[in-house]
Amino acid sequence: MPPHRRDGVIFGAAVGLVAITFGVLATTAGLSLAKTMAMSLLVFTGASQFAAVGVIDGGGSPIAAVGSGLLLGARNAFYGMRLSPLLARVGGWRVPSSQLVIDESTAFAVNQEDERSALDAFYATGLSVFVFWNLGTLAGVQLGAIVGEPETWGLDAAFPASFVALLGPQIATAPGKVAAVAGAAIAIGAVPLTPAGAPILLAALGVIPALLLRRPDRST
Amino acid sequence: MSWAALLLLAGGAYLFKLVGVLAGDRFGDGILRNAIQLIPAALFCALIALQTFERDTDLVVDARVVGVAVAVVATVKRVPFVGVIVLATIATALSRLVAG
Repeated sequence: MPPHRRDGVIFGAAVGLVAITFGVLATTAGLSLAKTMAMSLLVFTGASQFAAVGVIDGGGSPIAAVGSGLLLGARNAFYGMRLSPLLARVGGWRVPSSQLVIDESTAFAVNQEDERSALDAFYATGLSVFVFWNLGTLAGVQLGAIVGEPETWGLDAAFPASFVALLGPQIATAPGKVAAVAGAAIAIGAVPLTPAGAPILLAALGVIPALLLRRPDRST
Repeated sequence: MSWAALLLLAGGAYLFKLVGVLAGDRFGDGILRNAIQLIPAALFCALIALQTFERDTDLVVDARVVGVAVAVVATVKRVPFVGVIVLATIATALSRLVAG
């Protein structure tokens, strides 16, 4: 198995552990098994799901929950644009394949040297996360509080840590470095000022100072 | 949460993904395309920062910082991907244990 595929599959399993937390939280917020599973199958964007369930659990309205969930899912449009030339290679399959456009699959796809590996990494990671995310959700609903707090196991650091490991190829160029630093600075600065989900969207503005440098080299 | 609200969220979340995928390859080779190439750098680094310091809508410093710092060192030392995640979670869990 090529390394990108193996790592993508293992990453999916790690993400599945986080989904256990989602299953527990959704149940606590009063969602039925069917609704909780429908979220993981159909929304399939961890950040959106946690946001929506968080609003419901806090006594917010369904409209607020949908709005918050959509705000956190909006960044996937950026990922879709980035992956668009790649997914054009699968023709009509890009329509169902779009469901797999998330943080994790994008990260593995854009880090590959050639388009063939990039497509392979996209599907390996996307499908692995999809399967484990839903299995984890089911486990969370069924096992409930037995699992305990994920924080105890340091699982809340697993996601940022994995993106540290995946960031390297993106910041290999000078514009990449500038975009990364600017994106993080904008996001952190925006946290106290904007609703949840807005900081990550505003981080996209970090590409503007980077564009003032030379044109990026990577083409995949 | 009603089924209607849930399906609205699911449909909207999928549309964001689909619109990006369908529209993204129509930008040619202009400055917009260059901007899109740089999106992962900006968003992934922002995700790292947010997932390290954000709690609800506040910024906090807690045990996650230790885990992410360990991940940075491990990545620089060329530890394989899975090793980075394992080391970071162990470091975070131990920090919490020690800090009580």
